[in-house]
Amino acid sequence: MSSGERTAEFLKLDVVAGSISPPAIPDPWVLPSRGRTGMIALIATETAFFTIFVTAYVFYIGKSLTPPYPHDVLSYPLFNTVCLLSSSLTIALASRALSSGLIRRFAILWFITWALGVEFLIGTGLEWHRLIYHVGLTIRTNLFGTTYYSLVGLHAVHVTIGSLAIALVMTLTLAGAVTQEHAERIEMLSWYWHFVDAVWIVVFLTVYVIGAR
Amino acid sequence: MAGSIDDRFPLSVRDSETASAVALPLASRLHEWVTTVDHKKLGLMYIGGGLVFFLVAGLQAATIRLQLAVPNAGIVSPQVFNRLLTLHGTAMVFLVGMPILTGFFNYLVPLMIGARDLAFPRLNAFGFWLWFFGSLLLYFSYIGGGGMEGAGSAPAVGWFAYAPLTETPFSRGHSTDYWILSILLASVGSTATAINLIATAFSMRCPGMTLNKMPVLVWLAVVDAGLMLVALPPLSAAQIMLLLDRYLGAHFFDTQAGGSALLWQHFFWIFGHPEVYVLVIPAFAFASEIIPVFSRKVIFGYEVMVAASCAIGFISLGVWAHHMFSVGLTPAGNAFFVTSTMLVSIPTGIKIFNWLGTMWGGRIHLRTPMLFAIAFLFQFLIAGLTGIMLGVAPFCWQLTDTYFVVAHFHYVLIGAILFMIFAAIYYWFPKATGRMLDERLGLWHFWLFLIGFHLTFDTLHFAGLAGMPRRIYTYQAGRGLESFNLIASVGVLFQALGMIVFVFDIVRSLQSGKLAGKDPWDAWTLEWSTASPPPEYNFEEVPRVHSRRPLWDLKHPEDPDWKYE
Amino acid sequence: MGAANREIARGAVFSPVSTPASAIATLAWFILAITFTIFLIVSSLLTYSVIRFRARPGQEPREPPQLYGSNPIEFAWTAIPLLIVFVMVLTTIRTIFDVQAATEPPGAIHVRVIGHQWWWEFQYPDLGIVTANELHVPLSDPAHPTPTWIELESADVAHSFWVPRLAGKTDLIPNRINTMWIDPHEPGIYLGQCAEFCGTQHAMMLIRVVVESRPFFDQWVAAQRQAIAAQDAVARGRQVFETNACASCHTVKGTRAHGTYGPDLTHLMSRRTLGSGVATNTRDHLKIWVRDPALMKPGALMPAMNLSENDLDNLVAWMGTLK
Repeated sequence: MSSGERTAEFLKLDVVAGSISPPAIPDPWVLPSRGRTGMIALIATETAFFTIFVTAYVFYIGKSLTPPYPHDVLSYPLFNTVCLLSSSLTIALASRALSSGLIRRFAILWFITWALGVEFLIGTGLEWHRLIYHVGLTIRTNLFGTTYYSLVGLHAVHVTIGSLAIALVMTLTLAGAVTQEHAERIEMLSWYWHFVDAVWIVVFLTVYVIGAR
Repeated sequence: MAGSIDDRFPLSVRDSETASAVALPLASRLHEWVTTVDHKKLGLMYIGGGLVFFLVAGLQAATIRLQLAVPNAGIVSPQVFNRLLTLHGTAMVFLVGMPILTGFFNYLVPLMIGARDLAFPRLNAFGFWLWFFGSLLLYFSYIGGGGMEGAGSAPAVGWFAYAPLTETPFSRGHSTDYWILSILLASVGSTATAINLIATAFSMRCPGMTLNKMPVLVWLAVVDAGLMLVALPPLSAAQIMLLLDRYLGAHFFDTQAGGSALLWQHFFWIFGHPEVYVLVIPAFAFASEIIPVFSRKVIFGYEVMVAASCAIGFISLGVWAHHMFSVGLTPAGNAFFVTSTMLVSIPTGIKIFNWLGTMWGGRIHLRTPMLFAIAFLFQFLIAGLTGIMLGVAPFCWQLTDTYFVVAHFHYVLIGAILFMIFAAIYYWFPKATGRMLDERLGLWHFWLFLIGFHLTFDTLHFAGLAGMPRRIYTYQAGRGLESFNLIASVGVLFQALGMIVFVFDIVRSLQSGKLAGKDPWDAWTLEWSTASPPPEYNFEEVPRVHSRRPLWDLKHPEDPDWKYE
Repeated sequence: MGAANREIARGAVFSPVSTPASAIATLAWFILAITFTIFLIVSSLLTYSVIRFRARPGQEPREPPQLYGSNPIEFAWTAIPLLIVFVMVLTTIRTIFDVQAATEPPGAIHVRVIGHQWWWEFQYPDLGIVTANELHVPLSDPAHPTPTWIELESADVAHSFWVPRLAGKTDLIPNRINTMWIDPHEPGIYLGQCAEFCGTQHAMMLIRVVVESRPFFDQWVAAQRQAIAAQDAVARGRQVFETNACASCHTVKGTRAHGTYGPDLTHLMSRRTLGSGVATNTRDHLKIWVRDPALMKPGALMPAMNLSENDLDNLVAWMGTLK
């Protein structure tokens, strides 16, 4: 008996009795794509990042020493929200179109997605303009100002980055360089975009619903 | 075939053959390194850069110990001292620990899973250069703009930079900004590496290597990367908040406007505690590869080791406020963190027992990597036990912010982590360079450093118990602190001598060390199946594996691992 | 500093003279016993294994039996530590509540501590006293305790109040009030210092707690309550104090000086040290301090006063009467 077999018998382990061939290796050897695992990892780290800003926001609800206070000055950004969340739908459809090789449909849906993202940014900019110049709320006014601009601003930065990436793909599409082969990469970008939209849902609830009571 | 390491590789023979290499002009060799995306080169660059900063931050520590050797030494002013302690701590964590340890993972993970490179080689290079420039920025602060009291420029707020000391009224000038910006840059680099490691481990394994057959080191790299992904963002977020406070007048930590100083502490330690596990998990990884090879036994309890490591990673996310036991949390709050802290000691202890179980009944070869690994086991045991003492909140009320804590964490950082870094260098240097390090010099390095380490850090525990707080530039005579401090400072000399021997050994062995061949240690994981140093593409043929120790299977066809796993 | 240091009672974490510190020390001994036992057992096993299973020259070149693991052993060395942890957690939680959730008995002395960069302000709101750097508290009889209940606040950054023989440390955090208590049952002078890094002179933010029997404590309180008496011989020095910037930072009861940025100096000469422990309280040291505090405590926030030698002499003479 070999040393391993003696050990196995001593400890009453189950031996692959008498087998002479090693376990079979699945053929083809399939692993998750690195783009997928990479994007999941990126989304995980960004989630941790946003969680801290949301935590700070929630911690400071009701703690501002001076006005203005949220319920006085905030109004639901409904149109912006509808646009951003719809863009999740359009990007999903676009991604599916590309997987099926429907380049023209993909391009149209992709453009709509980009436009909706840009609208969200414009809408956010308009709201900030109102808050800064008409209401007098800045990041230094009070704790509400600090947490509001940092949280909404951080999200807007991510929408901007996403929009730039979408614009880049748009340009490449117009140049005819995007084909069905790139479907997986487009899907990964769409995951990022879905993440940004999911964060907006959390931000919306935290700032405009919970925080504005 | 299997033979004892000593037969195949006697201690006293030195070979003077030089490795053959095509001599390229310096400019093109530099260009190759600066533009590389190869995980092996980038790994070595991380390790090399980290070792350089280790020497710099080590000199800073030596200066600190010189100042504290006697009361009122007057060697440096309080301002200079406070900058020294800040830079020493910050550099050791972000410019030494993180790069060296992730550099090892960078180098080893693709080799151990039979892959050609990491999942995203260009991201790897991007991460390195971010780290590189971030780290230069930190030390640039010494010559950059004005700082605290305008008298200096390097940050002087301690490595954890508590608010509101870091807010503009108490931290004039730009010194604190250097601390923030350099770490922000370096952290993005680390996050990039973490994403890369996870994607690699999940998506690039060679045929046959199911997750269940990955080497323990690769599992630990995944856990480590996962922790980095979740723990680094809180620090970056808090730093951005601090920047907003300092530059845009925000009030995150502005206590005058109702802001909370404790919020900084919470965010920092939500990062800070997992960070120390990010630093120690690679030490566990090295131990899990080295101890089996030098005990000639498979690791005891592979599944339990993996599970315990995942448990450690997970629990470590919920213990952070044990760094805040003295801030006045409620009794219930303190009780919760005592419990979670104590719980994390269980999987940690299990790992020590499993390493012991690996050695037990084996055939232990006391070569240099194993010497450092055995010292690691003893020292990590002690560090864990003083950690338990600190986890007992009321005891912590006496011990926190004293030299007892300093001794505890240096026991982990040096006694456990640095010792395993040394072990890893002695073990994998032959793979990376094709040459062995010298065993005799290794012995000198080991003993000098061991003696110095214990002289310094054993005694500092008692300085803390005698009432010496941390981060003080001097102390008064007649308080019973003199002998502890003097002995601790003398220990630095031994450690420095050990380091000199080590550096000398590396430089000499690079030129004329004995040729290593593919597999000098008679080991069992895939990196030992390719040349030393490996070719750029790593493996001539994609390996196919059937067990956790592919080379054991090849060397013992009558008794392969896959029969017993 | 020799004389001032010689007065200090020796000992630290394991020489408690007050209930919170004793409770901690008792728990600490228990934990040390457990951890030391664990250390003995595990390190013995490690040492044994290195010696017993060491590869010896001349052994056959054969690999030892490969042991892949053992579920019963894993269970054992998981369950036993769990039990040990359980016991440690329970005893720890008990001590946490004993110390933190203690109720204040009637007759406790109240002190409000305000941390500054780099000195301690001590207010006794019930007794109408404000002093600095030296805290006087009455002896507490374990049978009829008269503890001192302390509230901790900060005027600037985070500090920490630590006198190891009396209690564990508690932080002073701006915009937050923390509480702690002590009930020293042995008279003496106990040394502590700030234990949270607070800037340049963090190292020189020493605390002296003077524990004295009730009659002496009451005597001290009475003396502290007095405003200063006007003394013609040093009137010139008082004038220097009131007409220079001194008055904007310091208070001396009975004069026009009501500043609160720096320590209350009404009874400066009743304290043993200057600058929160940086030097003994002598005329010479006081003169150097007032001339330029940075000579003794670089980074201290009090500026050099730039007085003429004559004014300085008169001022220090007058300050010498602030007993």
